[in-house]
Amino acid sequence: MADKILLAHGSGGKLAHDLVEKSFVKTLTNPFLDKLDDSAVFDLSGRLAFTTDSYVVSPVFFPGGDIGKLAVCGTVNDLAMSGAKPLYLSLAFIIEEGLALAELEKIVSSVQKTANEAGVKIITGDTKVVPRGSADRLFINTAGVGVIPEGVDISGDRAQPGDKVILSGAIGDHGIAVISQREGLSFSTKLKSDCAPLGGLVAEMIAASPNINCLRDPTRGGLATTLNELAKQSKVSIRIEEKTIPVREEVMGACEMLGFDPLYVANEGKLVAIVPPQDADKILKAMKKNKYAKEAVIIGEVAAKPAGRVVMKTVLGAHRIVDMLVGDLLPRIC
Amino acid sequence: MKYISEFRRSELAEGLISHIRHSSKTRARFMEFCGGHTVTIFRYGIRQVLPETIEMVSGPGCPICVTANADLDKAIALAKIPNVIVATFGDMLKVPGSRSSLQQAKAEGAEVYTVYSTMDALKAAQDNPDKSVVFLGIGFETTAPTVAASILQAGEKGLKNYYVLSLHKLCPPVIRALLEAGEVELQGLVCPGHVSTIIGSHPWEFIASDYGIPCVVSGFEPLDILQTVDMLVEQVEKGESKVEIAYKRGVNPEGNQQALRLMERVFEPAPARWRGIGEVAESGLRLREKYKSFDAEANFELKPGPTVEAAGCICGDILRGVRTPSDCKLFGKTCTPESPVGPCMVSTEGSCSACYLYGEGLGG
Repeated sequence: MADKILLAHGSGGKLAHDLVEKSFVKTLTNPFLDKLDDSAVFDLSGRLAFTTDSYVVSPVFFPGGDIGKLAVCGTVNDLAMSGAKPLYLSLAFIIEEGLALAELEKIVSSVQKTANEAGVKIITGDTKVVPRGSADRLFINTAGVGVIPEGVDISGDRAQPGDKVILSGAIGDHGIAVISQREGLSFSTKLKSDCAPLGGLVAEMIAASPNINCLRDPTRGGLATTLNELAKQSKVSIRIEEKTIPVREEVMGACEMLGFDPLYVANEGKLVAIVPPQDADKILKAMKKNKYAKEAVIIGEVAAKPAGRVVMKTVLGAHRIVDMLVGDLLPRIC
Repeated sequence: MKYISEFRRSELAEGLISHIRHSSKTRARFMEFCGGHTVTIFRYGIRQVLPETIEMVSGPGCPICVTANADLDKAIALAKIPNVIVATFGDMLKVPGSRSSLQQAKAEGAEVYTVYSTMDALKAAQDNPDKSVVFLGIGFETTAPTVAASILQAGEKGLKNYYVLSLHKLCPPVIRALLEAGEVELQGLVCPGHVSTIIGSHPWEFIASDYGIPCVVSGFEPLDILQTVDMLVEQVEKGESKVEIAYKRGVNPEGNQQALRLMERVFEPAPARWRGIGEVAESGLRLREKYKSFDAEANFELKPGPTVEAAGCICGDILRGVRTPSDCKLFGKTCTPESPVGPCMVSTEGSCSACYLYGEGLGG
């Protein structure tokens, strides 16, 4: 077998068959996938959540993860943010001709490892190969389904005045870890992406109290953009306190250098929860027991006015608006 | 020592704020010259926590904002020449000139590279030997030495396709021009930190001695600004005017001699056009005769066409400190960071952008 991906690997012929068998099915094996029928067939009941996302991160390997891990975490987390238990994922590759087979296999095992941890199965997939220059190494699309437990009703429009805003940990790690590897910009940092599947964390939070009004993972656009989305959807004001928001010194330093505000830098393993005040403590306590939310903290609360706006009390005690991200801070970080 | 979080500690800030409130008796207007300071002031809401006796006004210290339309047009005209690659810092892309912007020229097929340092531009010249690479030299004394270094390196490497469009500007001469014009009365100047790391604090002495205005060189963290304001208040209350450094971890009175020598070797002072202020003698830098082969202006025929200023935009007045973003009819309506009319809304260091993004003065 060739050590690089050729156009023929996507042709549907013998090479393509070999690639699917040896590089994908062998690693990702499960009864649904192994059948290799045109579609995966499975039973589910109850309220379902369904989502899809495409991953184009550059570089494909970055400190703390790679595009494979990201492609599983991103979709698993989108399901989890609806309160769903993530179950099944599809996995589609668009590969640039010439990609080293060893790299592809490394990414597929990263997919499998992350899927295992997240408790999801890859049950269907697709591979296309495009000529050199038509893609940047490889792009991945995943879609996923999950089941929402009884009694859980989580949506971006449910924040109520008086609710507490919980953040699961330090912000900005992913965006800065990825940008630190960019050509022409590489600076040395020990920082790793926070990329992580959050389905387990969400299940533990729901177990502590099903009364969670909103959940969202602050990916592109960062914490500031996520809070603005929630404030607008719920037609409320979100008031946060700057000094409570955890930001690592390395992230602060890189942001100063690059002219970024950590509030707008992407995360791939963090969530924001908006919960009724009487449930906040028990949810926070449950979060802190999970390895992905040890630094969880209440960063503010929901008020009625000014509706649709996020207001931050700065470390100096003054107040300022925190707006949505304007323009593109960093292209292709996820 | 943690150089960032230590300078954002709220308990230390509270102490400084209360000291300022206690000691400030006389009404005073302080100008922060530098756009970086403006951003810190808005981002942390510093105007809100200062006593009513103190008014802060923003100055012309945003290099992109003060670049005149005529010069922007030149940069855009350069980008439109076939086989010319324009290399620039990212902020420049969106700035509208008379008729277009670099971003628009790029969309129409011009080659415009965003770089993070002059060395990236130099590399682009090496990687594209059949094209000409022009670096847009925009900035104050802070960036000019690195541009000078890139020109010297290009010479050493024998690169014949690397050029600089020198639109550099010098800070002390423009402050003198502002004070001479007398439009804005100041009782204190927050002197730029990064510029002073290069030039030192001595070049500000004339402001204290000739105009009797207290000067303090400041860093960029909220505690730096508060300490600077505190020191300015002390001078005002004592009736003194001298140059002090609050940013001792970055600035010494003599500056960075090596950087200054580098700048001196490649550049010489020249008149420069400032948006809103006009031409100011000796406030710019042009390449010395010896380095003319790297000078974009001397090596390309530029026909930028007549200069047009955006109707209704008051960036010029804002840069002189005589009006504020909220005085502008376009602010937040037709002029936003997504579709900026004037440069003060484009640059991350512009007063309009800082004012828009951080919504100054919202109570709670």
